[in-house]
Amino acid sequence: MFDFSVVTKWVDDLLNGILSPTWATFIEFVLIGVCILTAYAVIALALIYIERKVCAFFQCRLGPNRVGPFGLLQSVADMFKMLIKEIIDIKHNDKFLFNLAPYVVIAASVLAFGCIPFGKGLHILDFNIGIFFLIAVSSIGVVGILLAGWSSNNKYSLIGAMRSGAQMISYELSIGLSILTIVIFAGSMQLSTIVESQANGWFLFRGHIPALIAFLVYLVAGTAETNRGPFDLPEADSELTAGYHTEYSGMHFGFFYLAEYLNLFIVAAVASTLFLGGWMPLHIPGWDGFNQIMDYIPSPLWFLGKTAVMIFIMMWFKWTFPRLRIDQLLRLEWKYLLPINLINLVLMVIIVVFKIHF
Amino acid sequence: MNIIFWILAAVIAVCSILTVTTKRILRAATYLLFVLFATAGIYFLLNYSFLGAVQLTVYAGGIIILYVFSIFLTSTTRDEQKAKLKTGKLAAGLLTALAGAAICIFLILTHSFGATYPVGDEVQMSEIGTALLGTGKYQYLLPFEAIGVLLLAGIIGGILIARKR
Repeated sequence: MFDFSVVTKWVDDLLNGILSPTWATFIEFVLIGVCILTAYAVIALALIYIERKVCAFFQCRLGPNRVGPFGLLQSVADMFKMLIKEIIDIKHNDKFLFNLAPYVVIAASVLAFGCIPFGKGLHILDFNIGIFFLIAVSSIGVVGILLAGWSSNNKYSLIGAMRSGAQMISYELSIGLSILTIVIFAGSMQLSTIVESQANGWFLFRGHIPALIAFLVYLVAGTAETNRGPFDLPEADSELTAGYHTEYSGMHFGFFYLAEYLNLFIVAAVASTLFLGGWMPLHIPGWDGFNQIMDYIPSPLWFLGKTAVMIFIMMWFKWTFPRLRIDQLLRLEWKYLLPINLINLVLMVIIVVFKIHF
Repeated sequence: MNIIFWILAAVIAVCSILTVTTKRILRAATYLLFVLFATAGIYFLLNYSFLGAVQLTVYAGGIIILYVFSIFLTSTTRDEQKAKLKTGKLAAGLLTALAGAAICIFLILTHSFGATYPVGDEVQMSEIGTALLGTGKYQYLLPFEAIGVLLLAGIIGGILIARKR
């Protein structure tokens, strides 16, 4: 299996060879920044296209099909439209916070994006506490949403932001606890270690019952965390026009839009990293020939494939279930998911202590 | 290394001042958020990523959101009008500020700061975990449990106040 750290090491050596260490580090910062932002934008555009197509097929329509073959260039065209749109100044609002909010949201999502292991050696931030850092930075996004709702000076935006805040804070608990279950099983918070310890089987299979429960809870909570349907009541278009980003226009709205899709990607990527082995190929202990063949498929392809499956499942949720009410939403979290999660945590500890796993 | 430290330090200093000088309460909360971010940045710079992440979750992700929510639920635009300070209050505030500044400057000048650069590698998460839940010397099981009981009492108190009768 190709190790991408060879490439990054080569670039590092090259830069350090011809430049002083300070400048080499600076250029590496810039390079990584450019790479991550490009990947961010490209993935967001791809996701917007996929979402529109999936939605169309669920509703027996064709979806975008005019711009480019199969409508493939539709979201690129949409991007240019968004970029050249005017950013409208609205009156009687807090200009500073109003303009700041989209950047807070997008910064939180880019930081979380940077933690994801895309392939063997293809990893930007690999802290000792990797997954904890990821949860920490993704919890900042909620501040941006609250600021956006407040500074728009519009009651619908404010209601949307309040709902979103309540929803994201509650479901963060479930996400944290279900990730904790897997951290107990893996014995590490470092994402690269978590992926590598799944070489002999993915955690979803090795951790059997508690891992499966954690996976299901994570899926539900993750969908809620991204403010997507059936949990899209922060921006319920029939009640609140568009929730917290009603007043935004041009690229500021574009930032919310991008961050929403990238959060979907991040949640799916974390699910595939923690439960389905991330970039680790499907290995079955004992079947050496089979494992060898699986190793020939490049690691980023494994990662993207698993993530794509998770994204499809979450889009499936969105286009099949009707929207929940706010009380139903909070009841689901506090009365069902959280107790299930706590019991599941104890179950996982028992299984790890008595080694009743594969 | 040094440049990043100075940037973070400047952000902390400027945003701290803006937090107390701004007239709008939600802006003050936002500047405070920046101060907390930059503090987390300094922890990351010191290679103590656990404390940095805790700073981000607890302060930036928890406390600030709590502040913002309470501002949403309590403040109206009329509260943001200029409030007149009474002379007595002004004098008391100035006195407190001076005393605080004096103590801080005294401590900074007399205390000899040790290493200014990160020492060694990142602290292993398992080390932190063992230290938190161990009973030996320099281990913190008792404070950990005491804080746990305190938080539980806080939760029960909150429910008792908020429940419907």
